[in-house]
Amino acid sequence: MKEVFTRSKALTEAPFHYCPGCTHGIIHRLVAEKIEEMDLLGKAIGVTPVGCAGFCQQYFNIDMQGAAHGRAPAVATGIKRALPDKFVFTYQGDGDLASIGIAEIMHAAARGENITAIFVNNAIYGMTGGQMAPTTLPGQKTSTSPFGREASLAGFPLDMPRIMAQIEGAAYVASVSVDSPKNVIQAKRAIGQAFECQLAGRGFSFVSILSTCPTNWGLSPVKSLEWLREKMMQQFALGILKDVSAK
Amino acid sequence: MAPGSSTINRKRVVALKKYLLKGNEAIAEAAIKAGCRLFFGYPITPSTEIIEYMAKHLPAVDGSFVQAESEVSAINMCYGAAGAGVRVMTASSSPGMSLMQEGLSYIAANELPVVLVNIVRAGPGLGGLGPSQADYFQATKGGGHGDYRLIVLAPNSVQELVDLTRDAFDLADMHRNPVLLIADGILGQMMEPVVFKELEAPSLPDKTWATTGAEGRPRNIITSYALQNEIGEANCLRWEAKYKNIAATEQRWEQYMIDDADYVVVAYGTTARIAKAAVQQARQEGIKVGLLRPVTLWPFPVKAFAALGGKVKGYLTVELSAGQMIEDVRLAINCAVPVHLCNRQGGMVPSPEEVLARFKEVFPNSVEGGV
Repeated sequence: MKEVFTRSKALTEAPFHYCPGCTHGIIHRLVAEKIEEMDLLGKAIGVTPVGCAGFCQQYFNIDMQGAAHGRAPAVATGIKRALPDKFVFTYQGDGDLASIGIAEIMHAAARGENITAIFVNNAIYGMTGGQMAPTTLPGQKTSTSPFGREASLAGFPLDMPRIMAQIEGAAYVASVSVDSPKNVIQAKRAIGQAFECQLAGRGFSFVSILSTCPTNWGLSPVKSLEWLREKMMQQFALGILKDVSAK
Repeated sequence: MAPGSSTINRKRVVALKKYLLKGNEAIAEAAIKAGCRLFFGYPITPSTEIIEYMAKHLPAVDGSFVQAESEVSAINMCYGAAGAGVRVMTASSSPGMSLMQEGLSYIAANELPVVLVNIVRAGPGLGGLGPSQADYFQATKGGGHGDYRLIVLAPNSVQELVDLTRDAFDLADMHRNPVLLIADGILGQMMEPVVFKELEAPSLPDKTWATTGAEGRPRNIITSYALQNEIGEANCLRWEAKYKNIAATEQRWEQYMIDDADYVVVAYGTTARIAKAAVQQARQEGIKVGLLRPVTLWPFPVKAFAALGGKVKGYLTVELSAGQMIEDVRLAINCAVPVHLCNRQGGMVPSPEEVLARFKEVFPNSVEGGV
């Protein structure tokens, strides 16, 4: 019988704990498939965030370190400086990376630290139950913006990939989504290019991936994908924003 | 050899030539000689010579230096590097150490061997740059969240900065625990002759737990996340047992003129030097007083106090704080006899004469003809 689909060797057998319709599972699979395809199983070291993906050491079948909230890029820096020949990446959500950890991510990029950051943006704090994130859209209702995010009180969302692309030390910056098969394929390609960037020693690489949170958005999985396309993509435009190798 | 015990037992091979070094630079050089190849730090007075020395000298030994964007980042870089199995150090001063407490809690929880230096300055708040011992509680009682201990070493000379920096790396690897070297601006900035002793390396456990890429072995995970309470308790019991073992085996102290002493002055670091001079003056006046100098602040050398038994009529601690170590002294003797405090704060330091005057004030019966 022809095998058409199998679990990546870079994933354990542990079932994901993520809510139905959450796209963390897809993103985990894409990262894992690239780790396997690029023969990184024995040399990859991942750094987990705090948030919904804070358990991803259970799922990635590689060496992992769990960081404090927002500190993953600093932890990854320590690992990479200790072991420059190993492959080091962080996996972080929007609260972790764009709020409490914004100093760590920006300065890792500024140093041109030769690591990769996978940034999962679902515009909300998922693990703590749906609070406003730095990426929450204007007008978006969350448990801490119950009347909708009001700019005069709570400001505006941060478009992280566009911010990161301004930093000279960032060698590769992509903004992708996993809302459709086409975009899933493009997201996987971007993850591969980011990994390639690190393996070639070109410096810091960053892949922002738009994701859903049906539970805390209060939408069905299908409606969540529609909301992502209609609202999030307007705020966070997709594209390869920077690739120093493509000159 | 100072009394107390340590699992780091060394056999001297040969003594090398003397160098005249500033305390902070001596720490940095001793760290490099101890195999430290990674340093992550953020400039802060009066510890800055340490990161400057590392920036200049680590490249020559194929090490790596990063000036982090904050102490918050620096300590988390140490976390990552220690988790990858490499000897790593950071250094800071009080306000910077406060920022490191979060990372320290994670380092302790994951049992990672990181060496830290706190060149304490006067606080709280931004405070001043003068010498202080006001971070004793933070160093010995926690500081970050959760129930954990650092091994805390308190040198009182530039030579001891060198010796204890070296021991700090071995103790950290031996016990898989962060080790804090605590000093102040006087010790960090003073110049004294030092030798770098060539010593046998102790036998240390292999770092089989390090995340180095899982090639050819089962994968390693370093995480302190334990949402299942049963697992949380099992972790805590394991840590508690480790701390008990360290407390039993790693107490160090120095004692001076203590055998016939009716009274004992207790001081560490800078104030131990001053207290020693005060004890010498008192002895010339016929007062039977000795000095007990804790070298490990945690574990606190309770064995030293136990060994004195009921002979001592009273203790005087000399501290650059409102009185912090005094609590541990009272605990060590179960409040059996009076324990008094002689202190200066905010960057000020007492003279030996001040210490002696305070001693006579609180222990008038110690003086011949006293009441």
